[in-house]
Amino acid sequence: MTMPEDALRRASSQGGWDRRTLLKTFGAGAIAMAGAPLLAACTGGSGPSASASKTVSFGSGSSDEVPKAAYKAVTDAFTKKSGITVTTNVVPHNDFQNKINTYLQGSPDDTFTWFAGYRMQYYAGKGLLAPIDDVWEKIGGNYSEAMKKASTGADGKMYFVPNYNYPWGFFYRKSLWAEKGYEVPTTFDELTALAKKMKTDGLIPIEFADKDGWPAMGTFDYLNMRLNGYQFHMDLTAHKESWDQKKVSDVFDTWKELLPFQNPNALGMTWQDSAKNLGAKKSGMYLLGSFLTQQYTDKTVAADIDFFPFPELAVEGRDAVEAPIDGLLLSKKGGQNQSAKDFLAYLGTPEGQDVYASVDSSNIAAAKGADTSKFSPLTKKMADVISNAKSISQFFDRDALPAMANNVMIPALQSFIKDGNVDVKNLEAQAKSLYAAQ
Amino acid sequence: MSTPSKTSPNGGPPRAAAPAGRVRRLSRRDKWVLSLMVGLPTLIQLVLVWIPTLLSAALSFTRWNGLSLEDIKPAGLSNYEFIAQNYPPFWPAVQHNVLWLVFLALIATPLGLLLAILLDQNIRGSKIYQSIFFTPVMLSLALIGVIWQLFYNRDSGLLNFLLGTAGTPQAVDWFGDSGVNIWAALIAATWRHAGYVMILYLAGLKGVDPTLREAAQIDGANAVQTFFRVIFPAMRPVNVIIIVITVIESLRAFDIVYVINRGTNGLELISALVIQNLVGEGQVIGVGSALAVILLVISLVPITFYLSRAFGKDKEA
Repeated sequence: MTMPEDALRRASSQGGWDRRTLLKTFGAGAIAMAGAPLLAACTGGSGPSASASKTVSFGSGSSDEVPKAAYKAVTDAFTKKSGITVTTNVVPHNDFQNKINTYLQGSPDDTFTWFAGYRMQYYAGKGLLAPIDDVWEKIGGNYSEAMKKASTGADGKMYFVPNYNYPWGFFYRKSLWAEKGYEVPTTFDELTALAKKMKTDGLIPIEFADKDGWPAMGTFDYLNMRLNGYQFHMDLTAHKESWDQKKVSDVFDTWKELLPFQNPNALGMTWQDSAKNLGAKKSGMYLLGSFLTQQYTDKTVAADIDFFPFPELAVEGRDAVEAPIDGLLLSKKGGQNQSAKDFLAYLGTPEGQDVYASVDSSNIAAAKGADTSKFSPLTKKMADVISNAKSISQFFDRDALPAMANNVMIPALQSFIKDGNVDVKNLEAQAKSLYAAQ
Repeated sequence: MSTPSKTSPNGGPPRAAAPAGRVRRLSRRDKWVLSLMVGLPTLIQLVLVWIPTLLSAALSFTRWNGLSLEDIKPAGLSNYEFIAQNYPPFWPAVQHNVLWLVFLALIATPLGLLLAILLDQNIRGSKIYQSIFFTPVMLSLALIGVIWQLFYNRDSGLLNFLLGTAGTPQAVDWFGDSGVNIWAALIAATWRHAGYVMILYLAGLKGVDPTLREAAQIDGANAVQTFFRVIFPAMRPVNVIIIVITVIESLRAFDIVYVINRGTNGLELISALVIQNLVGEGQVIGVGSALAVILLVISLVPITFYLSRAFGKDKEA
């Protein structure tokens, strides 16, 4: 099984990007910049597509084999049911994400794959997406309150149809824990106590990898949400809250209590390296997204992996779960195509979700009522955690401005991991400048 | 050039005196060919070099989200202020670029020169050695990443294995330790740069008149003296090129740090910051353009040096 695209994209930093792709992207960027006036002229000129059209164009960044086949199964099933043809344009996910700006301004497909979170709201706010409140009237009952919240734009309208998601939490090997008599911690104090015990047992208590920069954001997000609440996380990532305040420094101070228990070599390791350590029982637990489990191709190891949500700390118990959602959006142009809306509505039904999950079973279907009978006990557990969550965050780099995540947080977190120091004043200064440029 | 020849378009007598037939013959096809030969390269130069350069210089004084053109807002010098004052990776990046330059100039380039001299001695199999040393220059980015990963990996890398520390807590984290990884990257850069310099110097050495060497030997100079007093100065054109290449390579150093960790955690370089800010999701066009302009201005110094040398020599000749 392929891992979620995000993870794959980031994993590719180890050499997956050859020079040619880079140059191509760079060249395309330069041309796009030079040709921006032309493009702007084009967008004005493209006429509305006929609303009675029986075709839908679908842009997919799910270029890995399994998700690609899964979406094909969905479009085929939809065509069979409704008689509407769907033409799918698959673009490699790196390219798809990097060129989304020009894509949306050029001639986008009617509907396309994307993520919930800031980046969805951002394009909605720029008027590049079409609201789909009418679709949600039909499918709203299929989704939990948290899913609905994650699909809403800043203007209160609905824009997004969730397809699947995957939770972040602590993973561990059941047999190791049974052997040593460890118990699942539900509070932060229990977590640190357990970590201390693991350390004396000669384990790395909390596995950790941050060579690629993004995995550490998971720890930050959870500590922030458990200390300051879900809404603060959302306001901070949207820069409605300042970084230069005690609430933020508290997050880092709390993290300092965990740092001694996290793998000290994190900065030189990728999450795949860490997954190996956990699999080899060198470390006690690992806070990561559930795509971690796809690393264990050995059936006995895979069956031995269990999961618990991030323990409670100060507020809101364990109500908030970090579970990035992937799904579909409607472009501005697609808003005039009723068939495209029908397609989105189809994906939002348990029926459509089952078709997707029948091919790609690694993720958790987002709609209620989707078939859970084929879930492994672990997947079932994770699905329960998500469906019981009061709020779902999308992971820092989806909830925040991408430049904030990539250019500011990655270096800041890496230097924090190195020496435990962080300059929140500087974080605020950078955030101010970057969000102002949007 | 003083006597006007029939074939010279410019050197002829005043136009009024020119025979009408000759003017017509030049003005038809020749004019087309000439304007094509001048126009096409100019156009390419304009489209690929000047317009993007000027545009990105202009964008460096704006804030823009990359969406519609109306969103471009003038920002004065604020991008530059941001870089100098609030952007933590910038000054480390400058330091690393300087370190890169010093390292290449003092270690990699002399190493390349040494290789060239050794291979110029007509030793057996020198062609094979040449190819081996030159190979790194030809390898692709992805391959280089894999090769150095094999050397430097903390737990399974060759280097820690040879040191006997692989798998122990004492193992050096060559890529992850921010105090060490810049040196690891510099070694990898040297591995490439030395091969490049070697080929250039080999060509230079082959071009030196052998009689100079003989004359020096007859005058009683030893090998070292011959090289530093006679051969090396005679390679002046190559030396200038090497200096410029070394400076430019150290400024645009990018690929090796990018494959290691995308130029973060101790491996910041200006070029990597430019890419991070201009390409992909972390796009901040104003800041990225400002960084690119800074890099351009720094690069102009060695380029100007080279051009003034090159044209200065033409004048002398």
